[in-house]
Amino acid sequence: MTKRILIALALGAAVLAPALAQLDTAKSSMIAVSKQMGVPVEGVFRRFSAQVSFDPARPAEGKASLEIDIASFDLGDADFNRETTKKEWFDAAKFPRATFVTTAIKPAGAGKYEAAGKLTIKGKTLDVVAPVSFRSEGGQQVFEGVLPIRRLAFNIGEGEWKDTATVADEVQIKFRIVAAKK
Amino acid sequence: MNVSRLPTTMAEYTRTAIALHWLIALLIFSLFPLGLYMSDLPFSPARLKLYSYHKWLGVTVFMLAIARLAWRLRHPAPPPPAGMPAWQRIAATATHHLLYALLILVPLSGWLMSSAKGFQTVYLGIIPLPDLLTKDKALGDMLLIVHQTLNFTLAALVATHLGAALKHYFVDRDEVLGRMIPILNRKP
Repeated sequence: MTKRILIALALGAAVLAPALAQLDTAKSSMIAVSKQMGVPVEGVFRRFSAQVSFDPARPAEGKASLEIDIASFDLGDADFNRETTKKEWFDAAKFPRATFVTTAIKPAGAGKYEAAGKLTIKGKTLDVVAPVSFRSEGGQQVFEGVLPIRRLAFNIGEGEWKDTATVADEVQIKFRIVAAKK
Repeated sequence: MNVSRLPTTMAEYTRTAIALHWLIALLIFSLFPLGLYMSDLPFSPARLKLYSYHKWLGVTVFMLAIARLAWRLRHPAPPPPAGMPAWQRIAATATHHLLYALLILVPLSGWLMSSAKGFQTVYLGIIPLPDLLTKDKALGDMLLIVHQTLNFTLAALVATHLGAALKHYFVDRDEVLGRMIPILNRKP
């Protein structure tokens, strides 16, 4: 029975899939910028997937869902990368994925939108509102924005790493999602 | 002790030169062991903090060294004692010039290494210094070796400099050390 439901779900997903835009991974990026002793440090999520369904004429019907592979986080330094997957930081073994699922998209001026949604990192879900700028470019849809979050709200950096004098609490998530127009 | 000194005929360094000399000495005597210690620490907030302090102190030395050189151009060092052998004069001049060069090159190599390793230097956590190089791991690793080698060279030169200063004071019993520590040359 369970198997049938799964098959039905899989078929349903397969049917629905074409309605969702395809992510152009080469042009898309997900970067977290933190400050370490006042020094901006950029970390790149090398792997993430996104499903976007958006029509600028009807933003309220738009939807997006993102899934980020935590282990793909790359600070450009082997020591730093080893550290961030640990329990005190992302605990990548226990929480391999972060997700963002929109709940409401509102227009906010020309080419600008506010995407409210649920952001889940390290098993903790918080409501956030991401400012998004949108444009169509050569048959593709480009969504860009910067979402400031507080790492400690997601327990990222526990124990001695709670010290915000070393690593600031605020982290800017710079995202650029380029997807084929459906 | 002062009674046995040779008569005071030698000029001292200017107060500015003396202040810069001792300030830089204090900083490099802190920076060198700090550099050795921090690089062996496990990844921790303490390690990140010490790296930042090391960079800030290094930038300070760099600026003080430039100030020292600029000052020295207008205020030449007092001449060596009259009876000093030629080889000692040459050795002293060479050591001093190399020390000045390293006071510039050591912090510069650290700054370049930070840039190449992708960690910008932000002085005191406030003033971002421009990254002189783009991120390049191989170059960063090479610059680490350059930084270490220059540091051990600097340490050897400082040891020579210190040894010579003590020799002047205790063996030659002249007033060379007193030019940098004027109180030693004061008459009782």
